[in-house]
Order: sequence, then structure tokens, then C-alpha cells
Amino acid sequence: MNTRRQKRYQKNTIPILSMVGPTGLWLLLFLAFPMVYVLAISVMTKSYYHGVEWVFSLESYKSLFQSRYLKITWDSLVLALKTSIICLVAAYPFAYILSKMRPAVKGFCLLLVMLPFWINGLIRLDGWANIIRDSGIINTFLLHIGIISKPLRMFKTDGAVLFGMVYTFLPFMILPLQTSISKIDPSLIEASRDLGCNKFRTFVRVILPLSAPGIFSGIIQVFIPSLGAFYISDIMGSNRLLLGNLIKNLFMSEKNWPAGAALSVLLIAFTLAALKLYSKIGSMDDLA
Amino acid sequence: MNRKKNQKPLGMLSISLACLTYLFLYLPIIMIIIYSFNAKESNLVFEGFSIQGYLTLFQNAVLLDSFWNTVKLAVVSTVISVVLGTLATIGMHRYRFKFKGLINGLLYIPIVIPELVIGIAFLVTFALAQMQMGFVTLVIAHVTFCLPFVIVNIRARIAGFDPAIEEAAMDLGATKRRTLTRVTIPMLTPGIISGALISITLSLDDLVISSFVYGRTMTFPIKVYGMVRGKITTDVYALSTLMIVGTIAIYAMAQFIQKHFEKAHGQ
Amino acid sequence: MEEKKVMIQLKNVVKFFGRHKVVKSINLDIYEGEFLTLLGPSGCGKTTTLRMIAGFEEATEGEIYLDDVNMEGKPPYARDVNTVFQNYALFPHMNVYDNIAFGLVEKKLPRAEIREKVLNALEMVQLEGFEKRKPSQMSGGQKQRVAIARALVNNPKVLLLDEPLGALDLKLRKQMQSELKHLQQKLGITFLYVTHDQEEALTMSDRIAIMNQGRIEQLGTAQDIYEHPVSKFVADFIGESNILEGYVTKTDDATISVRFEFGQLDGIAASEFVDEEMIYVSVRPEHVKYSQKPVKDFHLQGIIKEYIYAGSSIRMIAELPNSQEIILLCHPQDTLPATGTDIYLYWNPDKAVLLHTNEDKLYDLIEDAVLK
Repeated sequence: MNTRRQKRYQKNTIPILSMVGPTGLWLLLFLAFPMVYVLAISVMTKSYYHGVEWVFSLESYKSLFQSRYLKITWDSLVLALKTSIICLVAAYPFAYILSKMRPAVKGFCLLLVMLPFWINGLIRLDGWANIIRDSGIINTFLLHIGIISKPLRMFKTDGAVLFGMVYTFLPFMILPLQTSISKIDPSLIEASRDLGCNKFRTFVRVILPLSAPGIFSGIIQVFIPSLGAFYISDIMGSNRLLLGNLIKNLFMSEKNWPAGAALSVLLIAFTLAALKLYSKIGSMDDLA
Repeated sequence: MNRKKNQKPLGMLSISLACLTYLFLYLPIIMIIIYSFNAKESNLVFEGFSIQGYLTLFQNAVLLDSFWNTVKLAVVSTVISVVLGTLATIGMHRYRFKFKGLINGLLYIPIVIPELVIGIAFLVTFALAQMQMGFVTLVIAHVTFCLPFVIVNIRARIAGFDPAIEEAAMDLGATKRRTLTRVTIPMLTPGIISGALISITLSLDDLVISSFVYGRTMTFPIKVYGMVRGKITTDVYALSTLMIVGTIAIYAMAQFIQKHFEKAHGQ
Repeated sequence: MEEKKVMIQLKNVVKFFGRHKVVKSINLDIYEGEFLTLLGPSGCGKTTTLRMIAGFEEATEGEIYLDDVNMEGKPPYARDVNTVFQNYALFPHMNVYDNIAFGLVEKKLPRAEIREKVLNALEMVQLEGFEKRKPSQMSGGQKQRVAIARALVNNPKVLLLDEPLGALDLKLRKQMQSELKHLQQKLGITFLYVTHDQEEALTMSDRIAIMNQGRIEQLGTAQDIYEHPVSKFVADFIGESNILEGYVTKTDDATISVRFEFGQLDGIAASEFVDEEMIYVSVRPEHVKYSQKPVKDFHLQGIIKEYIYAGSSIRMIAELPNSQEIILLCHPQDTLPATGTDIYLYWNPDKAVLLHTNEDKLYDLIEDAVLK
């Protein structure tokens, strides 16, 4: 009995290695190692020339408590949260409408949501810039009809950054919401109506709770990338630094790798905390 | 019966809400198309209709170069991701082994961790290995973040498999390898295609990770990132417009071929 | 009697899934050209047995011989058997022709020969002209025919069928049952059929092996099993049985009495039971009769609880004083006593089956407990 089992074990080793091996090796080399290396850098000493000197130090983590870093981190978290909430509120009705459509129409409408992804996100943001900048379409029009006498300041403001974030990440909220709402069995809604709930109460007591996995999946998919997206504030923003820009600068221009690595670890910690909450409700594969 | 009730026509409110959302998504794209016909060379003011942007585009070697680099990068990384991902997904579906949990865990990293962190991890690792930044480092980085998305897509397909189908192939005399090539991979094709499409999309559009590892190999997003903080020249809009048209054309063609194919094989 | 060739032989076959013993030492000979059915409730090990023969599972212990060749270590593709799967398992990316040709292509037959064989197979299952259809464009019955053709076209030594009709509706199932039986008789191929549907097993099989908890409880023809069940499980599982539990009182060497909680049977001709042994008396509803006067040797009194109309017959439910219900079949034309009437139950002693209580069960329980 044992020998037969052993034989089977050996028999499978070669196919497993040849099928999963390359991917496993790739992930170890180019994913596991780099992540561990970043973690290691965060507890080393900074060196302007080589990026890092191999002397253990917790200096980088202490430096996180500088008021500059704290403020930037706080601002970034608040902005990411605002983005998630606005996306949720804006996407929910639309996702709900999508889920009510006939399959063929829905397929086409979903395609229309995906299509902009095929055009570079920076250029699309620039398209908005052309609308809201001082010499953009809105200001030109308003000046022309004489409602205002000098251009409204919309571009290069914090509001514009928030707007750009919402624009960039809205589809990531629409798609999971739509999937989740579509999965709700229509007879549950009928049952709720039958049991005396009006449309609004049905929404609050049945539809909303049942779409919770989609809501959380959407929030995760908006919140996490908006923490690190440095380019949006570069294009749309004033000079306010966000976590993404700060980390990038620490590595690229300030050459303070340990501090940058420590901030990255902090970013990972935020992410894992958010995922920990999410894992109680939804499946990880739905995030992809 | 449920169906019918569920499918009463959408109300005016719903339709206008949907239109508003689409307007939000497409307004900047419309702007890009309009500005591609700008007579003036830059984006700040629209001065009148002209196809000058399209003409200069074909003389702008740097821009065209970056565009081809991007396409090459997307194709190469997608091919590698799809080959690795398909084999790994089937292997992980078929067998139980020790490090499956570890591989699964690693796969989620690029999906959930902000791209910025991944980019930085590559930056420091390639510096440590003293690798010359360029096309090779770009490919490594792009495969690494595309691979999980490919695997998740194929896995969604494989999860719905009736395991009896592979057994049926072996029962009918196909060896394990023949079963893989004649049954398993053809059946996974829709998942492989959607995984490949996502991989191409991610790769074509990637700025964050590429910006840490590109060296001298300029990609289109990086080129645009350089311009967008100042002035974007009209030829970039022209190129983007051509990309929009190209995307729609490719999609329409794929639809047409699929319909045609189904009809030919239907009856 | 002519010597029949053994096509499949199972010798002490045991299968563990982890620490769970699903098949407990099965011995079975299947003869060439016969239609043998493994019948049992879900989880009895019948499908696992079939899968071990097909090669999808390896036996933990014991040997399986196909045409006198030991199958140990042989993968499914090296075994000369083919399977019809429960949910058809048709290749969704291939049309009907390619599905049926699959095995022949693996054998690398010339194209013309493949074509001829596939077209013949399609004719055999009455699906001429369906070559270009995809499985998704076919009904359940049609898919089932394709699955059968796909397996039979390889001319296997044994065709294994794993609940092949389970997904079809009742009418179609009946039709396919007779088609399958005719096909098997025409081709003379050995069929090993797995099902939990007793009626299917009774109508189609030459022999039936009743499986329960990983063992074969009884092996025999349909008539054998129906009329002479060897255990309470078989009596209960096949058809409908009234089963009474009682104690033996020996009167002399050839006759016994059986004492029930409320009632007694006297003068039963039986010798294989010992005094005070607990036994089951099993009687089919169609054999139970009633009388409003006491009957000699039968001391079983009950009252009529209710009638259930069932088309061609009426089922009378009689209740014994201990609340056990006894079912009788009556003709609708008969004038039936009102519910609540006291009656005496009796039957032809030849039609009742006396069964030892199953001591194996206790043994199984202990074995399972020890293993866990």
C-alpha cells in the first residue's frame, strides 16, 4: 500500500516541476526576493552613493514620525478614502442599471466601460486638463458669454487631483459592483416585496447587504492603487506631495532608500490591513 | 417569468444617469480626438482644424520608436506570461504539492500591492544585480505583474471544468500529454485569450512600474508622462486617436470573425 | 452448461481515500458479453469500483484483471475499456464528428477508416447528419447518444457506464434503457453499468451486484434478487418490503415459530435458525393478504389506517399495535372494508423471506471506528 503511494508521488514530481516550476522560480526570483530585499533595506543605513549601506539601523522607521511624513501620509490616506467613497456613490446607481439590462446590451455597455483602458491613462487625464485648465474649454466658454471675468481656478488644485483619481479608478468600482449585483437572485427581491418592503426598504434590507462583497472588492481596488498613484497628482495637482510622490522622490532624487523602503513597508501594511478586512467578505480572485 | 419582470425597459432617469456616466468616461477621449486636429502644435489652445498633427507624427521618430517599444514589450511579456501562466494553472489545478500555498500567496502580491512598491522593489533588485536597465528589465517587470492576472483568468475557466472531460480523453486512449494539447488547452482557450487581453492592456498602459526600470528604452506612457506636465504636442493626440480607432477596428473585426466562425460551424 | 469466459476479474479489491475505506475487499467475475449492473445507494463504492476498472483510480489493495491481464499500474489510455460518463463529458470545443473520432485519432487510424467508423457509429445511435453539431447545440438525449457512440466506436472489450441516464427525464430514460439493452445484445460487448436506480437495474441487467457500504451484498439475476434477497438491506433496497423483526422459537428440527412484539407466526418450515435468534421476516406488499377472521398460524392483528390510490392499484396501510405500518396492494375493483376496521394479516409462507440479522454491520462499525 505504501509503495504504491510512493510510486504515485514520484510519478507526479516531474510533471509538477515542468508545469509549475518555471512560474514558481520566476515568482521567487522576481517577486519574493525583491519584496524581501525592500524589507531589508528599510532597516539599513542610508548612503547617498550606493543607495544603502549594510549597517543595521531603525533610523528610517524613526524618521517616519517626522511631521512632514506624517502629514503626507495622512493627506494620502484621506484622499484615497475620499476617492473610494465618491467612486462608490457614483458607481452604484450605474452598476445597478447595468445589472438590470438584457445580457446582450449589458455586454456592450460593459465593453464601453472597459474601452477607455485601451487609451493611455495619462492622455485621458490630459484630455480633462484641456477641459478644466485656465485656457480650457469651460473657462473659455464662460469668459466668452461673460459670466466670469477671469478664469476659474480648477486645474492644478487639490480638487483636480481628487477628480483625476475618481476618473481613473471609477471603472474599478463599476465592474465588481456590477458582478455582485447581477448575482442577486431576482426572486429574493420579489420575496422582499412580497413580505412588505417597498422599493427603498428592499434596497436597504436586501440589495445593499447582498452586494457587500462587490462594494468591498470595489473599495479595495480603488483605495489601494490610489495610495501609490503618483502621476495623477503630478498632472492635475498643485505642489502638494502625496505618499506615492514622496516614495518615488526618496528613491529617485533624494537617494534615501531606507526611508523610502520604510514608507513602502508602511504602504504594504495599509494594504494588508485593508485586505484582512476584505478577506472576511470576498474572494481574492475577484480582485483581479 | 422572472426574466420578463426583470427586463422591463429602463426608465428615463436610469438612461440619463447611464449617459452621464459614459459622458464622464468619454469626454476626455473626445477632447483627445478634437485636439488631434488642432492647427497649433501644442495642446493649450485650439486654433482651428488641420491634419498637420498626423503628418508630423510620421516624421517623429522618437515618438514612433517609443510606440513600437511599447507594442513589442506588450507582445513579448504577454506571450511569456501566457505560456508560464497556462502551464502553472493546469499544474496547480491537477496536482497537490507542498509549495502551492506559497505560489498562490506570491501571485496575489502584484494584484493587491500598489504598483509603486513593486516598481521600487525592481529598481533596487536590478541595481543589486547590476543589470543594465532596458528592454530586458522591462520585460521581467511586465511579466511579473501580468502573470497573476493571466493565471486568475485561466483559473476562473478551469474551475468550471467537469473533471470527467480530461478523464474521458484518457479513457479514449490519449496520454497525459495528448490530453493536455487536444483537450485541456483548447478548452481553456477563452480564459487564455481574456488573460492575454488583460495582460496586453496592463502592459501597454503601465507607467508606474516601467518608470523605475526603463533605462534608455523609452515607452509610450513614459514619453507621454514626460510631456504631460508641460505641453503635449498634437502628434501625440494624433497617435492616441489612431490607437482608439485601431482598438475599435480590431475589436469589431474579432467580433465579426467570431460570428462568422460560429455560423460556419453552427449547423 | 457452456464455459463462459471471464472478461473482468476483481480479486480482493480494496480502496482507501485517505483513511476512509470506500471499497472493502470486492471479489467479482464479469463474463464476456454479459450486462452486469452495480446497484447501490450513493456512497456505496460502486462508482469507485468502476473508476478503478477504467484506471482513474488505483486500487489500494488487490488485483483487477481485464481479459486475464493484470491492470495494475496501467493508465486509463492503455486499457481496452471505454467509459460513458454521468454528465456525458463531451469535449465542448469539438463537434460531434470530432468527439466520436477522438479515440480513433489517438489510435492513428487512416482518415478514411475513421470516417467510415464514425459514420457507422452515428448510424448506430440514430444521429445521422449531426456530425457538424457542437455539444452545446444538442439535447440531453442526443448528447448521451454521442457519448455512447464515442465509447463504442473504439470497440472496447468492456463498456463502463457510470449512471449514464441519470440526467435525463423519466420518459427519455425509459426509451434509452431499452435502446441500450438492444445495442448491447446486438454488439455482444460486455457492459458494466453503475446506477442507483433499482428499476433501471432490474429491467436491463443479466446480473446485478447489490453494493452497500463498500461490499457486494448480493450477486444474482434480477429475479433472484427480487424474490430471494439475502439481507434486510437488499430486501429493503430492491422493491418494497414489509420487514418484521422477531425472535425464533424452535418447535422441532424442521419448523420454527417467530415471535413479534405484537403477534406470532407458527409452523414455518425452516432449519437454518437457532433458538432465540433475532431474525427479519420480509414480505412484498403484493403478497400480503387480509382477512376479517383469524387465520391459522398467523397471529398478526391490525387495523386499517388508510388507503392510498395509486392508479392501477390501491395501497392499504394497516397498522400493527406497535404502530408499525404494513403495506398491502389491493385491486381497485374489490369492495374494501372501511378504515378503522380490525383485520388479520397473512401470506403464503413460500413468499416470505426469513433473514439473519446482519452481524457484519456490527463488525463494520467496529472496523470503521478503529480506523478513524
